[in-house]
Amino acid sequence: MKNGNIYVYILIMAGVTYLIRMLPLTRIRTPIKNRFVRSFLYYVPFVTLTVMAFPAMLTSAMSPWSGLAAMGAAVVLSWKKKGLILVALAACAVVFLMDLIVA
Amino acid sequence: MKREQRMKGRSAHFFRGMKEGLPICLGYLAVSFSFGIIAMERQLSIGQAVMMSAMNLTSAGQFAALTVISEGSGYLVMALNQLVINLRYCLMSCSLSQKMAPDAPFFHRFFVAFGNTDEVFALSMMQKEYVPPFYSYGVILIAALGWVGGTLLGAAAGSILPPRVLQALSMALYAMFIAIVVPPAKENKVLRILILSAMACSAAFTYAPLLKEMDSGIRVIVLTVALAALFAWLHPVKEEPA
Repeated sequence: MKNGNIYVYILIMAGVTYLIRMLPLTRIRTPIKNRFVRSFLYYVPFVTLTVMAFPAMLTSAMSPWSGLAAMGAAVVLSWKKKGLILVALAACAVVFLMDLIVA
Repeated sequence: MKREQRMKGRSAHFFRGMKEGLPICLGYLAVSFSFGIIAMERQLSIGQAVMMSAMNLTSAGQFAALTVISEGSGYLVMALNQLVINLRYCLMSCSLSQKMAPDAPFFHRFFVAFGNTDEVFALSMMQKEYVPPFYSYGVILIAALGWVGGTLLGAAAGSILPPRVLQALSMALYAMFIAIVVPPAKENKVLRILILSAMACSAAFTYAPLLKEMDSGIRVIVLTVALAALFAWLHPVKEEPA
C-alpha cells in the first residue's frame, strides 16, 4: 500500500456512501422530475459495473481465455435470468476448469 | 395504538423482514466471500476487510475502493470514486423515501438509509403500501450478517484454500456485476449499446497508450459521468405513467 492511512480511506468511503444513501431519504420526499437527471442516474450503474468488470475479468484469471469463457458463461446465464448464485458459481467453475486446462 | 400492540406489530414486521431477507443473505455470503479473498490479495488485514464490509455494505463500491487504496490514489479520489459508484443509491433513496410512511418517526430514516443496498431496496419496493421501518431493520440485519460474515470467511479462507481455488472464487464478484447489468439489457436496446460502449471505452482506457496512464479509480468516474450523461442526453428514459 503506497500512501494514505487505510482507516482514513475506510472512513471516507463509509461517510460518502452513507451520505449518498441518507440525504435523499431524509431531504427529498417528492420524486425527481427532471428527465435528464433521472436518466443520468438510471444509466450510471450500468456504466460503473461494466467498466469495473471488463476487461478486469479477463486479466484476473490465469489466462485471458479462461476469463473470457467465464464472462461468456455469466452473460449467457444472466441473459436467461438464472439468478445470482447460479451465475456466480458457473463463472467460478468455468474459470477454474479452464485454468486447469490452459495454464 | 396501545404500546403492547405497537411492540407486537414491530416484532412481526422485524421477523418477516428477516425471513424474506434470507435469500439476500445467502447471495451476499457468496459474493462477500469473494470480496474477502480479493481484499487479502490487496494486502488488507482480515479486520480491515471486515470493517470495510460492516461500514459500507456495498459490493461495487468496496471492490473499487480496494483498487483506489492499493494504487495509493489519495483521499480525494476515494471520495469522488465512491460518490460516482454509489450514485445509484441516490435515486434508490429518493424512491424509497416515498415508500416510507410520512407519519412514521423521522429518525428511522437515518438508520434505514445505512442498509439500503440494491437488494434490500428491491425487497422494500415490493411491499404493499408503505414499508414499515422494522421490516427494513429485519432485512438489513440478516443481509448485513451475510455480507460481513461472508467477508470474514473469505478473508480467513485465504490462508486455507489453495491459490487456484481462491482465484476461481474471486470471479464471483465480477459475476454479480454481470448478473445485475445483463437482465435489464435483455429488454432494452439502449442499455445494450451503453454496455458495449462502456466495455469498449474501458478496454481503451486499459490498453491504449496515453489513456492507460489514468488511475483506475478516476477511470471509473470519468467514464461513468461521460457515458451516462451522453446517453441521458441522447436517449432519455421514458416517463413513468403517473
